[in-house]
Amino acid sequence: MSAVLRGLGTAVPAHAVTNDELAQQLDTNDEWIRTRTGIAQRYVADSEIATSDLAVEAGAAALKSADSASVGAVVVATSTPDYSLPATAPLVAARLDLGTVPAFDVGAVCSGFVYALASGAGMIAAGIAETVLVIGAEIMSRIVDPSDRGTAVLFGDGAGAVVLSAGEAGEPGAVGPFDLGSDGARADLLIVPAGGSRRRVDNQVLDERADCLTMDGREVYRQAVRRMVESSRVVLARAGLDVAEVDRFVGHQANARILDAVAKRLGITEERRVSNVERYGNTSAASIPLALADAGLQPGETVLLTAFGAGMSWGSTVLVWPDITPL
Amino acid sequence: MTVYDKVKEILVEKFGVEEDEVKPEATFEDLDLDSLDLVEFALAAEEELGVRISDEEAEELDTLDDTVKLLEEKGATVEGG
Repeated sequence: MSAVLRGLGTAVPAHAVTNDELAQQLDTNDEWIRTRTGIAQRYVADSEIATSDLAVEAGAAALKSADSASVGAVVVATSTPDYSLPATAPLVAARLDLGTVPAFDVGAVCSGFVYALASGAGMIAAGIAETVLVIGAEIMSRIVDPSDRGTAVLFGDGAGAVVLSAGEAGEPGAVGPFDLGSDGARADLLIVPAGGSRRRVDNQVLDERADCLTMDGREVYRQAVRRMVESSRVVLARAGLDVAEVDRFVGHQANARILDAVAKRLGITEERRVSNVERYGNTSAASIPLALADAGLQPGETVLLTAFGAGMSWGSTVLVWPDITPL
Repeated sequence: MTVYDKVKEILVEKFGVEEDEVKPEATFEDLDLDSLDLVEFALAAEEELGVRISDEEAEELDTLDDTVKLLEEKGATVEGG
């Protein structure tokens, strides 16, 4: 039994912040940000909006896109949950009137959507659920240090969701095979040091801004390129596909230069690369569904997905694009 | 082919640097390469020359001559070179 993608929906906050607006508070400028990252603006949620709010909006759109009123499970990929506990998925399931279905979060940061997709597909393959709503949702603006010009410019808020349901292996929309991996030995490269059980938030944490995300950008760049290239090759080999058979390449939208470096190494020509990082910045677990919705994918196109992020963790999968209307 | 030739090849083919701009005394800045290009260069050197330039080392790199010396010290070899 395969898990088949039946619908896709997205949501972003109402307000976008341009590079010029950021440059008013930070020692940076539009040209620097664009040349280093490819980002021109990012959506930023108002303070009263939480991750579940964006997840609900994207989830509702995905259900409508799939013409589906009920699901057997909800999986939310996020690294910016509403609360430390409970998980975000039960809140989302309740607000979408999906009943008392199993609902849980997946924490794999920027690879979260691919991991959640694998979890949803696994539940379907195991007969645990027939239909699964898989959501990637983040409010990254709430964990970045607004005074850190190295990271504050990179991230944005948003959500994307898909509906998976049981189907045939060969049918359009069938997801997989997958390649997933992690390297916790390099967890320090991209980390929010405090606020978890390792270090409680106290005044010293707030002074140090240790409750915010820190990143070793250079090493993350290297690791991202290497891991996404390797993982893409593995998943293509598992699928029995040559890179020439990939119609569209949808990498995690962290940075235009990382995406180009990965695509070049894989031998994927420019017109086959999907990029919307210019408008959204890095939306972590939401980036892949947001890119899928923006890509103008045609039914029958072979799509390669690959992601990399904090953990370190990475994941890739392939699917033939189904005949759906993203909402 | 020497390590210098290989560095030149990487710069011309991967970074679009004009061949006549590549000189031993040229700095990465002279070639309009920014900090991310340096990271990308270190990656390319690792892939094509089999030696790893650390981030700290990459930050210190100035001229191409320095870069070639560092790569050679690290045991970079080029086939037929």
